[in-house]
Amino acid sequence: MTDKILTQHFGLENLFKIDVYLENKGYEAAKKALTDMKADEILEEVKAANLRGRGGAGFPAGVKWGFVPKDIEKPKYLCVNADEGEPGTFKDRYIMTHNPHLLIEGIIITSFCVGIHTAFIYIRGEYEAVALRLEQAISEAYDKDFLGESILGTGFKLDVYVHRGAGAYICGEETALLESLEGKRGNPRLKPPFPASVGLFGCPTVINNVETVSNIPSIILNGAAWFCQVGLPKDGGTRIFGVSGMVKKPGIYELPVGTNLKEIIIKHAGGMMEGKKLKAVIPGGMSAPILTAEEIDISMDFDSLVEAKSMLGSAAIIVIDEETSMLDVLRRVTKFYSHESCGQCTPCRIGNSWINKIVKRMADGNGKREDLDKIIQLANNMMGKTLCPLGDAAAMPVLSIIQKFRKELESYIPLGN
Amino acid sequence: MSPELTDQTKKKIEEIASRYASKEAALLPVLHLVQHEKGFISQQEEKQVAHLLNIKPIKVKEVVTFYTMFNQKEVGKYHIQVCSNLSCSLLGSESLIDHLKNKLGIEIGETTSDKKFTLMTVECLGACEQAPCMMINFDYFGNLDKEKIDNILDNLE
Ligand SMILES: Cc1cc2nc3c(=O)[nH]c(=O)nc-3n(C[C@H](O)[C@H](O)[C@H](O)COP(=O)(O)O)c2cc1C
Ligand code: SF4
Ligand code: FES
Repeated sequence: MTDKILTQHFGLENLFKIDVYLENKGYEAAKKALTDMKADEILEEVKAANLRGRGGAGFPAGVKWGFVPKDIEKPKYLCVNADEGEPGTFKDRYIMTHNPHLLIEGIIITSFCVGIHTAFIYIRGEYEAVALRLEQAISEAYDKDFLGESILGTGFKLDVYVHRGAGAYICGEETALLESLEGKRGNPRLKPPFPASVGLFGCPTVINNVETVSNIPSIILNGAAWFCQVGLPKDGGTRIFGVSGMVKKPGIYELPVGTNLKEIIIKHAGGMMEGKKLKAVIPGGMSAPILTAEEIDISMDFDSLVEAKSMLGSAAIIVIDEETSMLDVLRRVTKFYSHESCGQCTPCRIGNSWINKIVKRMADGNGKREDLDKIIQLANNMMGKTLCPLGDAAAMPVLSIIQKFRKELESYIPLGN
Repeated sequence: MSPELTDQTKKKIEEIASRYASKEAALLPVLHLVQHEKGFISQQEEKQVAHLLNIKPIKVKEVVTFYTMFNQKEVGKYHIQVCSNLSCSLLGSESLIDHLKNKLGIEIGETTSDKKFTLMTVECLGACEQAPCMMINFDYFGNLDKEKIDNILDNLE
């Protein structure tokens, strides 16, 4: 069996149409789940598969679903996170564009398992064409009785809606996403309570990334044991690695969890562009601490990257070459976070904009000797001291860039300053 | 002052609102709809939307000002948004932005006097494999260089 789970059929023409999807085992997992399996059995299978969240944090999907209270009068909701705002990340766009029915099938099984009758796909506003593609696919699924009042005559009811965001990175954070879906500013909520008990409209809510949900059909069809054997026992399946930056063949590569980073860059993404030398790699989206060229001989799984003091995050790999100034990288990173802070907590709002101002001044050639320590101090003041993880997400890359490239950064400070 | 929303838009708004447990939740989709029809969201539209969704106008303003995709003033017929985030900048977005500024004779955030083009920079567009890239209205253009940009712009009516 092939090791590809999500992109296996991407080569097929018109895979996004339901007829082509059906010809390739499409909706068989949903049929199996709804007609042959009990909700508990599905939950056990997903738990056994150790499917870890593909949105960034890597929380096991089955465990998360298990937190949703069972006997409750209130409706329950599923929110699929298609905000895809982490710089470097573009994998979910490929799934939704080429294989929208795989996501819909995952939504059906997830909803059936948890007892959900309304699901929203929260998609970033810029992906207008992708949202239209999803809406077409959803309407096809209604026509063929895979969605609606009584799916496949089983009596199970499910409605799915696409909800477009409007250009705010913070709305990818799960509680900000809920606020945004409710028609408000995307200000993250204090946790607890967690969305599994108090989420959308105050009701129990499951929030999962597009790629996470799209893995569900294969787990139901082929079993948890198979899924674990594709990846690692504690981190099963594949990841869609999105490679961008100074490589010959930027793009998506679906490979087993645990594939070596060096191999991804050199073998799959074609290696460095002509005449360019590798300097550093951001291995999991902009929030992930940077790795130097010497550190890329590493297994791409959640635990190995934590051990290397970085993170797998959204598995977005940004490749940086020798000629690029790390001060410029730092400038892009800090500009992003100061722009995207929602402003609710002082350390994040003030810290990020202050750091960005210092870095800008350094980039303008007016750096001072104490600047780097000042930035470290400001970043440390954000770590663990904010309402949502954006504070940490902003501090981590900054601290790692200064720690690993301090000499170079100091070289941009004029002598005597 | 802009004229009332069309009946068709109002009907669509009702349909969207019925999806949610609270009418207010329809705010983002409704603002997209209004912006699609009017090009931007003025105070007048904020009031109309507030009325239709039964919420206070200040609630609408809060949202319009929070989300960068909602235009609070008129933009050109072609809204150019160039990505200035990391992957695009590694591949030269900076020089493309300069090129666009020169070509259009405007700074970032400005609109040409014939109201044809507005130029903005934005954060990652989720298309980093095609860096450097930009959006014009809702169309994506990737793997850009100066020549390609000239070609694209020269072919716009
Ligand atoms: C600032 C911030 C931005 C985030 N952006 C996204 C995003 O764009 N897409 C996503 O799936 N998860 C994003 N997340 C993670 C979500 O909060 C949440 O963990 C995830 O959607 C859960 O789904 P998963 O368990 O399937 O990964 C973000 C988190 C933070 C703190
Ligand atoms: S950490 Fe930043 S983004 Fe998160 S809630 Fe606080 S201010 Fe907002
Ligand atoms: S960095 Fe430009 S699209 Fe992602």
